[in-house]
Amino acid sequence: MLSQRDPAALPRVLLTLLALALLWPGLVLSELNLAVLFDAGNLGNMGQFLSSFWPPAHDPEFLQLLAQATLQTLAIATAGMSLALLLAIPLALLATRALSISALPRGGQPAWWASALRWPVKGLLIVLRSVPEIVWALLFVRAVGLGPTAGVLAIGITYGGMLGKVYGEIFESTDLRPTRALLLAGSPRLSAFAYGVLPNAAGEILSYSVYRWECAIRASVIMGFVGAGGLGQQIDLSLRMFAGAEVASMLLTFLALVLLADLFSRWLRGRLA
Amino acid sequence: MSLRQQGLRLIDAGLSYADGKVALSGLNLSVAAGESIAIIGPSGAGKTSLLHLLASHLRPSSGQIELLGQAPWTLPGRQRQQLRSQIGLIQQGSALPARQRVVTAVLAGKLGQWSTGKSLLSLLYPLDAEGAAGALAQLDLADKLYQRCDQLSGGQLQRVAIARVLYQQPQLMLADEPVSAMDPVLASHTLGVLKQYARNHACTLLASLHAVDLALAHFSRVIGLRDGRIVFDQPASCISPADLAALYANEQLQAAHSPAVVAPSIPRQVPRC
Amino acid sequence: MKRLGNLALLLAVLATLYASFAYLKLDLLGLFSGDSPMMMWRYAQGFLQPDFSAELLRQIGRGTLETLAMSAIGTLLASVLGLLLALPAAGRFGALAKAVTRFLLNALRAIPELVWAALMVLAAGLGPNAGTLALTLHTSGVLGRLFAEALENTPAQPAQALRLTGSSSISAFCYGTLPGVWPQLLAYALYRWENNIRMASVLGFVGAGGLGQMLYISLSLFQQAQAASVILAMLLLVLLVDLFSNWARQRWVQAG
Repeated sequence: MLSQRDPAALPRVLLTLLALALLWPGLVLSELNLAVLFDAGNLGNMGQFLSSFWPPAHDPEFLQLLAQATLQTLAIATAGMSLALLLAIPLALLATRALSISALPRGGQPAWWASALRWPVKGLLIVLRSVPEIVWALLFVRAVGLGPTAGVLAIGITYGGMLGKVYGEIFESTDLRPTRALLLAGSPRLSAFAYGVLPNAAGEILSYSVYRWECAIRASVIMGFVGAGGLGQQIDLSLRMFAGAEVASMLLTFLALVLLADLFSRWLRGRLA
Repeated sequence: MSLRQQGLRLIDAGLSYADGKVALSGLNLSVAAGESIAIIGPSGAGKTSLLHLLASHLRPSSGQIELLGQAPWTLPGRQRQQLRSQIGLIQQGSALPARQRVVTAVLAGKLGQWSTGKSLLSLLYPLDAEGAAGALAQLDLADKLYQRCDQLSGGQLQRVAIARVLYQQPQLMLADEPVSAMDPVLASHTLGVLKQYARNHACTLLASLHAVDLALAHFSRVIGLRDGRIVFDQPASCISPADLAALYANEQLQAAHSPAVVAPSIPRQVPRC
Repeated sequence: MKRLGNLALLLAVLATLYASFAYLKLDLLGLFSGDSPMMMWRYAQGFLQPDFSAELLRQIGRGTLETLAMSAIGTLLASVLGLLLALPAAGRFGALAKAVTRFLLNALRAIPELVWAALMVLAAGLGPNAGTLALTLHTSGVLGRLFAEALENTPAQPAQALRLTGSSSISAFCYGTLPGVWPQLLAYALYRWENNIRMASVLGFVGAGGLGQMLYISLSLFQQAQAASVILAMLLLVLLVDLFSNWARQRWVQAG
């Protein structure tokens, strides 16, 4: 007879029981019902809808609408990023420890009161980016009405928070000795930033910002579903009208847009490096 | 003739790799059931290739091969798998997943003989922990039954790999440097264990060894391999120092052409255990 | 020459930024003039006093559980489906299967979750079922690709050695490959679950149940106080899931 028992047996059994215990309510709450996808009537409807996808809509009037919507999406993303930059740069400068003068004699750690002063800024950045951008979009649509304005504001706010945090981190991750030297010599913080931090950090900042711009394009399309303009809003409209051909066209455009943005951002980042 | 009474045969077998390099050529070998043979030779001689050829892992580029009375490469896949369940290969370096427990690693030896359902169930709860413990006890590792492979030393891992093959209970055992990480006393003892198994189960055993003295001490028949050819195939007592000198002449420290299969998966240094 | 190129690039970027505002005919200044600031402030004020009544909290509780269930079941199903698709995508069944499954996985993940949710609402009706299915489909594309890469980078020798003992391919995979690649799979799945919690919250905007649907409805009815409570619940949920996921990662992925 074996002298040892399998030590992993009990934990495994318990874990399995726990998983099963959680699985049942999970299935009930999520109302998971795969059968609905294969239900005959449904399949018929879905089949019909999917078959209307081909050929994708390509009449000139629609294509013009499509082009406008795509341009609008691009514009929303770009304008939103501009706002985000306007928000992020000052906040990052305020929040970063790289420009902390109280940190100079303390080897890079700001004094407690200097850190405390930075908390509200950091807190603001966290709040700005914790709420998903689409929630912001929904709020703004209710506040300022349907259309691209809501999208631009939503991206500006959330991405401002995201960029602000990352910029601050990038500043802190560069070699700070030149900056500290400048601060020690009495240089004002902004100059110390421009001459000390910026040269080293510029590459990474630009690269990350271009990457975020690409994400902003996708986000703009998603936000369109709640009325913030652009390609997303058109897709939502066509879906509600069951206009399969138009949906197909717009989905393809979206995929192409994302692909092109990806290529462009890679080229740009390579160029800037 | 039942499987038990069959040995193996190589008739003018040769092996070349895709890049054209010839690993083995002109091999003529006849081994009766139940024989124990040592294979010795300089680095790069092709000992590993030979053993993998005999394990039906590599397909001969020329000539014929017969294992346990069957020609493996004329069999359909399923039957070849059944044949392989009777062949146990102890590979150089150990092919054991780091996070797996020793008991599961040893039980994996019988995967060729268990149904898939039983195998999968055993993964959750080892169905024959006693059998695994028995195999490990022969190598003085019974106390490591429930430990993880990455907690063992290189020599202990080698012994677990041997235990796996012992648990498999094959009719043909092929060992590629099975005791390379062990000190001389332990190596001798372990070879004794292998030979005892071979005796008790009328199993054919071929082992490649780096230490010539171990080969001569434990095996009655020794094959010398050099540059992919069999240089001699004699009883141990008939081998003279001159034969050995000729075999290992000009053994240079150049990197041998390692066959693609033998890269050790766990890149460990192999310490004395 | 490069400096000139960079300067031209910078000008082009600035021009694009300006053009985007011009194209949209955005009247951002208009937002800050006249009645607008007052109206926006009054709208925003509604959020500053969240509604904590028992009835609403109970609904929020239910919505939270729905959202949690959607993301968990969706991620779980996606892991299974993703692993099944990852095997051919890693090339284990030949080049054709690899090309086909890679294409399928790319298609699944290229379409955003929200679009999937809108499609699933059409197919399966309103409610969390649509959300779960949407998350499943999108996430299997993401996980399938990640799993395939993990499988390609894992050493094949342990499984190969087991095949040589006569083992079936399934057993060889489970005993030889899976133990090595398991921590990575778990890490990816946990990471996606964190992401899916955020997504599950908003899928409700197109009718896929959970907290998102509650938020959408309360905002449509201009019930800011209720909306504020729902938003707080969303934030809390994300925080809790992040904490749990961190703990789980430490416990099973790194310690392992």
